[in-house]
Amino acid sequence: MAARDKHGVDAPWSAGFQVVGRPSRKIDGLAKAVGHAVYADDITLPGMLHTKFLRSPHPHAKIRSIDTSKALALDGVHAVITGECMPIKYGVIPWTPDENALATDKVRFIGDEVAAVAAIDEDTANAALELIDVDYEVLHAFLDPDEALTRQDPQIHEQSEANKKKRGHRGNVSKHVDLEFGDVDAALDAADVLIEDEYTFHGTTHAAIEPHCALAQASPDGLLTVWSSTQITHYVHRALARVLEIDASQIRVIQPCLGGAFGGKSDPFALEFVVAKLALLTGRPVKCLWTREEVFYAHRGRHPMQMRYRTGAKKDGRLTGVDAKILIDGGSYSSFGLVTTYYSGQLLTGPYDFPAYRFDSTRVFTNKPPCGPKRGHGSVQPRFAFEVQLDQVAEKLDLDPIEIRRINFQGENTQTVNGQRITSNGFMECLDEVERASRWKERRGKLPRGRGLGVAGSMYITGTNYPVYPNKLPQAGIQLQADRSGLVTVFTGGNDIGQGSNSIARAIVAEELGLDPMSVRVVAADTDLCPVDLGAYSSRVTFMVGNATIDAARKLRKLIVSAVAEAWEIEEKRVFMARGEVFDLESRNRRITTREAFHLAEERYDTLGTTGAYNTPTLGGDYRGGTIGASPAYSFTAHVVEASVDEETGRITVENCWIAHDCGRALNPMLVAGQMEGSAYMGIAEAVMEEHAVNRFGLHAGPSLLDYRIPTSVDTPELHALIVESLDPEGPYGAKEAGEGPLHPSIPAISNAVFDAVGIRLTHLPFTPGKVLAALRAQRSKNLATPVGTGGA
Amino acid sequence: MDVAAPAHWTLLEVLRYRMGLTGSKQGCDKGDCGACTVLVDGRPELSCLTLAALAEGKQITTIEGLMPAHVAAGGEGADPVQDAFDRCGALQCGFCQPGMMLSARALLNGNACPTKGEIKDALSGNLCRCTGYTQIIQAVELAVAEAAGVEPVSPAWAPHENPWRSNGTAPANETTER
Repeated sequence: MAARDKHGVDAPWSAGFQVVGRPSRKIDGLAKAVGHAVYADDITLPGMLHTKFLRSPHPHAKIRSIDTSKALALDGVHAVITGECMPIKYGVIPWTPDENALATDKVRFIGDEVAAVAAIDEDTANAALELIDVDYEVLHAFLDPDEALTRQDPQIHEQSEANKKKRGHRGNVSKHVDLEFGDVDAALDAADVLIEDEYTFHGTTHAAIEPHCALAQASPDGLLTVWSSTQITHYVHRALARVLEIDASQIRVIQPCLGGAFGGKSDPFALEFVVAKLALLTGRPVKCLWTREEVFYAHRGRHPMQMRYRTGAKKDGRLTGVDAKILIDGGSYSSFGLVTTYYSGQLLTGPYDFPAYRFDSTRVFTNKPPCGPKRGHGSVQPRFAFEVQLDQVAEKLDLDPIEIRRINFQGENTQTVNGQRITSNGFMECLDEVERASRWKERRGKLPRGRGLGVAGSMYITGTNYPVYPNKLPQAGIQLQADRSGLVTVFTGGNDIGQGSNSIARAIVAEELGLDPMSVRVVAADTDLCPVDLGAYSSRVTFMVGNATIDAARKLRKLIVSAVAEAWEIEEKRVFMARGEVFDLESRNRRITTREAFHLAEERYDTLGTTGAYNTPTLGGDYRGGTIGASPAYSFTAHVVEASVDEETGRITVENCWIAHDCGRALNPMLVAGQMEGSAYMGIAEAVMEEHAVNRFGLHAGPSLLDYRIPTSVDTPELHALIVESLDPEGPYGAKEAGEGPLHPSIPAISNAVFDAVGIRLTHLPFTPGKVLAALRAQRSKNLATPVGTGGA
Repeated sequence: MDVAAPAHWTLLEVLRYRMGLTGSKQGCDKGDCGACTVLVDGRPELSCLTLAALAEGKQITTIEGLMPAHVAAGGEGADPVQDAFDRCGALQCGFCQPGMMLSARALLNGNACPTKGEIKDALSGNLCRCTGYTQIIQAVELAVAEAAGVEPVSPAWAPHENPWRSNGTAPANETTER
């Protein structure tokens, strides 16, 4: 049984926090700065082969046959493999294993992996791909989610008999969820105003600057080692064992330094299985580095959603009920889609109190690159729709948009309408902060036409209560080792993907043991060396790894303190650790270095090591799916965006974004601010620049970083990170997440700012100049049709 | 230094796969992202679009070269630009940053006191996906302020105490303690 204790929000020593709460350098910052950090593609092994993939040119086709003989005969080619060598399906969610590393019977999108070549270099491997003959039988391709919702033939994935009988599973449906809390129809009937509208979220992708890369080496005694640019070492480990049919104890997965992920490296990917298989087949190390184009095909980005919302409110602004119907375009595989479908409804029930709520979400398969989790998984899209709709309600009631959000605030220590437990909640302070910093009261509604302010709020999970595969094991484990050198080494399965989780583990150990952070080293994300952690997703790492680290550090501290107390023949409570020293509180001259204290403890207790763990309490609503969206703590965010609209060109410029985020305690405010700014930047980019589009042939519209327009330094607005600390009762020293929540409000806040600027409501993303101009034209015709002063209805 | 490589190899390939200088990164291999930026005779260039043969006779500075050059010039530790990036939190995943820091170094070599607009312009060829550029720009501003001996601007997230003031808290102090 793992520790579920609360470690409290206070500093471990009476002198207050020494490390935590201050901006400090990252553990790997200088190594990255000077070029020493080793990323997956920086690793070269002797005799290493290179792998290239043959990909489907058709969005949907059966594979009749594959002839690899000519490719295999090419000089320099060591192996060519196809799907039949790895027939076992996998998927990150154990209920929906529908992927093969290489296609076995059919292909489901342009870019689907069909065959792989291992050769002495990439050029030879590419030449060999040209020699592989595949005979396809082309099938009807589903590119329109509406068609996929109703048309059954052909099936992109064969549905189980059980699924075929389920309500809502009439077409190519991946998942259908329909949940109602309270009597929504009655609640909407009782409303004084009812707003109904449609909203569209287009697709976007992660575009981490490091492309996916994996290497494998098989030793003659049967041990397989895989290095991969993954954010989920543990799930890759499990998936490799399953697909390759090798005992997990004979597989070692290592995540080297990682060049960004944002959810785009949280599935097991084809290249990991393929390099492993090829290493086993050839007896040589094998590497695969995907090209930027291949990363766009691998995708797993944000799901496009078509959303219809109805929101009712009383005259005083209080919401009566919310009703949502959502169609989700899942692309060609399940990935996390089961969870996405739930999240599209389950995560909307804060920071506002919904007396009644219903959502009906359907995810369909289409023949496009598979969608998955991108920063703010499943909830960024509905949050966009709802926060714009809330502004529409405020407009109708002539209420200030910040005020309507205050009126509906759900409060602290409460329960949402769908049964989720809310503990700490700093949303009101977030609203206060953005209102103050943006000078909202003086400026909103009063800026010259063409410039406006918009607000939006949101909430997000700090980890999920339940792991993706059901088990009662700890969600995060930690091991500590200390010895006479004075060094403490932290072993964590947690994936530092640039967010700084290793730095947080170091800071916590330093805090608990009164050490200089330089005396703490972290070994992470190596399945041979580190206890299991589930990975860097759903904003769980600071909270769960942090709590496990406190757990382990307090056990180690107990050993040190008791050894010193025994040596000094004093009570344990007199022993104090700070700044690399241990001293007697009642006789301050009696002091030794922590190194000497470790020496004493090593003498007294033999080799020093402790473990720590974290598991979540039992939470969630008492209904099917009620545990999805349950989190031990929720973060809260409010943004105000200042935007200008050029009415000649239709171009929106985001000038400023004030980001107020309740992260519990900011363990390192500089890293928290970095997450807030990076999140807001990414959201703003999704609204006004980026689109992961597939054309009418099923071909990706622009799989490059030139065509997929991510912002440069000159495109990015001024970002103002305002940290709000609510101190969560269960977070490590009170900390909650900061990496995903602050993305959500940026998108609706832009739409709401555009309304303030020029009076148009943008409800369909992305906010292109064309859509702005069309809305402005519609506004002008409406104004002409209803001259000022003649009145309406 | 002489290196043998196939005629069609880029400078980036030669640096990474022949010389072991893996600090220069490949993000797109077609000149879109800037992660492969190196200094060619002091000017930032995309090494993925530079044929290795065209670099013959030129002085190439990669990210690995900044610290040794700083030390050789009598400095201590990392180049002030590298150090400022670390102190400001600009290195999240760190993958784009070798190119970013070299672009910043080239800017400061030619213009010791750039405006914020000039900094943004100079870095606009280097895509970063983690930071929203804010802490990167702050890092360059910090390097500029410290070289000029003036107080750096405090970030929005630290309303009460400027974390980058030379007598301020953690990041600056940590350097001196080392």
